Amino acid sequence: MRHLDIVDLRADYGSHTVLERINLEVGKGEIVSLIGPSGSGKSTLLRVILGLLPPIAGEVRIGGQTIDYRNKRDVKAIRSRVAVVFQQYNLFQNMDVLRNVTIAPVKVKGRPRAEVEEEAKLLLTRVGLGDKLKSYPDQLSGGQQQRVAIARALALKPEILLLDEVTSALDPELVNEVLDTIRDLATEGMTMLIVSHEMAFVREVSSKVVFMAAGHVVETGPPKQIFDNPQMARTQDFVGKILRH
Amino acid sequence: MLERIIEEAPAFFGYYNVVFLLEALLATFLLSVIGCLVGFLAGFAMAAVRRSGGRALAPARWLILAYVEVFRRIPFLVTLLLCFFLFEVLKLGLTTFQVAVVAVCLIASAYIAEIVRGGLDSVHHNQWDAAATLNFTYWETLRWVVVPQAWRVILPPVFSFFVLFIKDTALASQIGVVELTYAGKVLNNKGFSAALVFGSILILYFALSWPLARAGSWMEKKLAPSRHR
Ligand SMILES: Nc1ncnc2c1ncn2[C@@H]1O[C@H](COP(=O)(O)OP(=O)(O)OP(=O)(O)O)[C@@H](O)[C@H]1O
Ligand SMILES: [Mg+2]
Repeated sequence: MRHLDIVDLRADYGSHTVLERINLEVGKGEIVSLIGPSGSGKSTLLRVILGLLPPIAGEVRIGGQTIDYRNKRDVKAIRSRVAVVFQQYNLFQNMDVLRNVTIAPVKVKGRPRAEVEEEAKLLLTRVGLGDKLKSYPDQLSGGQQQRVAIARALALKPEILLLDEVTSALDPELVNEVLDTIRDLATEGMTMLIVSHEMAFVREVSSKVVFMAAGHVVETGPPKQIFDNPQMARTQDFVGKILRH
Repeated sequence: MLERIIEEAPAFFGYYNVVFLLEALLATFLLSVIGCLVGFLAGFAMAAVRRSGGRALAPARWLILAYVEVFRRIPFLVTLLLCFFLFEVLKLGLTTFQVAVVAVCLIASAYIAEIVRGGLDSVHHNQWDAAATLNFTYWETLRWVVVPQAWRVILPPVFSFFVLFIKDTALASQIGVVELTYAGKVLNNKGFSAALVFGSILILYFALSWPLARAGSWMEKKLAPSRHR
């Protein structure tokens, strides 16, 4: 079943078109990976899905329902079903780790604080930060902040998780820790759209890989196709360069 | 000169003069405090409305923009005289002190609105993004995320504005409000030496702004050592 469906999407930054005719499907419980050179529009696509940048044309559908991004209620609804971990983590600088994770479930969803805090502590322990509950973001390393951001996203119990380069700021040991967390989520059936430069990981977990360049989807296919037998010259070029590293 | 001051002092610090000076001090104090308080609240509210995105508030945003830009550009004295003549024409029967209160509030609000706007803008845009994706409303984002981080940037210029502002309330003397500066002139005209009169006035101004400056640096210290903006 299709869970997240993107049809002929276009988005602009001012007069500059950043995404054009993007088509992409993510099935329920599927992991789809977005790869592509820097500036190809991967992060922008996630921003459009979340309604941070309104699309100029095309559609985003969740569970078959088209989102009207001019309608506040639709935007609210999609944000309560889709959680994101940004490339820059975007933790609230004025809140400690525990509050970063609990504020939305408690204040926005109105759930009981004690219950949410218990869950948050479990989540933070799971990402290896059980001892950092009272730390502030600027007292944490990039990798630690990234894991807090993952816990914050999971605390919302989303249906769909968008992850933007969640391993780029991590040292090798932590990469595995975070990737293990993502693998766990995958086995639990979470639908995920992830942007990653970890090609080995992408190949292992994704059911589908989408290669983007210059705001277009160049090629979509199973990891085997994209990495071993790319059809398009642009994909061959990119994959060749990346795998040689 | 010292001899003359010592000689004049008993007469200068006579009952009527002291009451006169205290009343003038009260006028300056009230102008400053009301101006600062109203200015702070109104300035904050205007900056918040100005940053908002909803279409319903668009006319309010234009009004605020025009107001802030105009009142920050015209001299205090002109604002004061404008208010004075406007209320004269409207025949609302306000005292000159009340007119001065209105003028200082108009001025302080415009300046503080601009300071607060700068403070809100200093918070990184990704904080707004994160709040939006967590479904915080605009006002929740301000309250829980942006204002707590903007304080550090807002408070120092606000307090230095307050300190400047206290002495600028002296301009109210131009429309006949008996505040400290005016009282000084009156006593000087009565024949007391300038050194004695304006020395006393200086001390009184200092007594007003010193605690404020202290409060400001105390609050800045309280906020500054926390690395968590
Ligand atoms: N706020 C913005 N205003 C204007 N242009 C932007 C903005 N953010 C991104 N862009 C432009 O949009 C294009 C796509 O950027 P995007 O961040 O989506 O790339 P990306 O694929 O995520 O790259 P990276 O791998 O470096 O994260 C780039 O050309 C970038 O310059
Ligand atoms: Mg990016």
